[in-house]
Amino acid sequence: MKTLDLTTTSLREINQALHQQSSEATEREWLITGAKGDHNIACGLDAAISVDIKGHAGYYCAGMNKSAHVVVHGNAGQGVAENMMSGTVRVKGQASQSAGATAHGGLLVIEGDAGARCGISLKGAEIVVGGNVGHMSCFMAQAGALVVCGDAGDALGDSLYETKIFVKGSVASLGADCIEKEMTQENLDYLTDLLNRAGVDEDPKSFKRYGSARSLYNFKVDNVSAY
Amino acid sequence: MCGIVGLYLKNPALESQLGELFEPMLIAMTDRGPDSAGFAIYGDEVEDGTKLTLRHEDENYDWEALAESARAELNAEVSFFQNATVAVFKMHCSAETATAYVEEKAPEVLILSAGHSIEILKEVGLPEDIAANFNLKGMKGTHIVGHTRMATESAVTMAGSHPFSTGEDLCLVHNGSLSNPNWVRTELERHGIKFETENDSEVAAGYLMHRLREGDSLNEALNNAMTDLDGFFTFAIGTRDGFAVTRDPIACKPAVLAETEDYVAMASEYQALTTLPGIEDAKVWEPEAAKIYVWERS
Repeated sequence: MKTLDLTTTSLREINQALHQQSSEATEREWLITGAKGDHNIACGLDAAISVDIKGHAGYYCAGMNKSAHVVVHGNAGQGVAENMMSGTVRVKGQASQSAGATAHGGLLVIEGDAGARCGISLKGAEIVVGGNVGHMSCFMAQAGALVVCGDAGDALGDSLYETKIFVKGSVASLGADCIEKEMTQENLDYLTDLLNRAGVDEDPKSFKRYGSARSLYNFKVDNVSAY
Repeated sequence: MCGIVGLYLKNPALESQLGELFEPMLIAMTDRGPDSAGFAIYGDEVEDGTKLTLRHEDENYDWEALAESARAELNAEVSFFQNATVAVFKMHCSAETATAYVEEKAPEVLILSAGHSIEILKEVGLPEDIAANFNLKGMKGTHIVGHTRMATESAVTMAGSHPFSTGEDLCLVHNGSLSNPNWVRTELERHGIKFETENDSEVAAGYLMHRLREGDSLNEALNNAMTDLDGFFTFAIGTRDGFAVTRDPIACKPAVLAETEDYVAMASEYQALTTLPGIEDAKVWEPEAAKIYVWERS
């Protein structure tokens, strides 16, 4: 394992060392110590390496992640794993707003709470939150899934496309075009598998499913005369 | 973009270190606000009388002459100490009498704050330089709120920097931008609130001042702000006994809170909290949208 200390090595050097692993992975395990809310830690990784971050991460930690497995042993600031393509990102503490924003693929696990706009414009990644999520989560989310083991804030899934949302606790309010949907066996199997992959011990049967009513983004034939 | 920091001590043993604990918090927010910085510190209470923070750009301004004439004309005890461009006056009279006297006799002097406990100090420049200029490190007190400014819509001037006084012992720091400041300013001017700048945060401060004068409690005033102020804001409000933190209902602008047995701290970003003692084990969380958090000595 290679250890890099943010108190003695610059963030730029650390990220550069991690980026160099994309052409030739010489070191599979990395430990970054001394994180004190620095922004952009372990951004833009493109290698099947594992990176453990000790301390709290600032904004955009593990953004644009591809293939790498990143664990934050603390809290993460806004935009953790934003635009992730693949790989996994795990936050042991809490995450601020816009966690997993626009993420295309991969798995983001937040063991604590996530702030507002979790999974905003989600494009295919899977997000599992151990605690609560804030307001406007999954706003305009297009694909992928959000699992909330606690409660969801206001306007959950507003203007939702095809992202699947599962919430165990209460939902303060549903956003426009987001409705509760039947939990089919197929959904249960998917949720069971996702919770297993996230390492979260919850009973899938205790969740409710929410999805798009599909009335906002489909063309309404009633409007045809307008064209 | 701007940075906000606040520190409220629960443990009186730390009061002698308030400035020392707070200075690195303010400096840590330089990236968010390198234009100007300021802080409102509470302590050194004047029980029977008024404390004014006065400012004149000339460090050689004759404060003694102003004190001397106030003593004679108000027939009241007046003492003061100077700190760079600012002088803190302690006057044995009401706040109304004290401010009216200074406004009339020394119109060239700006009144930054009035109350029993508050002192507002602010300038244009890097937070590090401003902290050194006012010797923040050596200051004692019970609580303090500060601001580092990156101006977006109005000029980089001392008058446009934060904190803004919102009444006796009250002040506001703001991160964000309002969308309806001109309309609100016009309304407030009708109610007699005066404005020094084109700054939207000054409008927010004026709004709170107006609501409090109308009889709102701090909680009510902030709740009304949620309706009447349109735009983005994270506010930290200093009061005589503590501070309050709130975010607009959309909560775009960041805020993080930390609490231990010794203190409650708030900052725009966690980076500003890392130098506090025991932060590793503090309860750290993000304040919810449209919720008002208040810590005050009972």
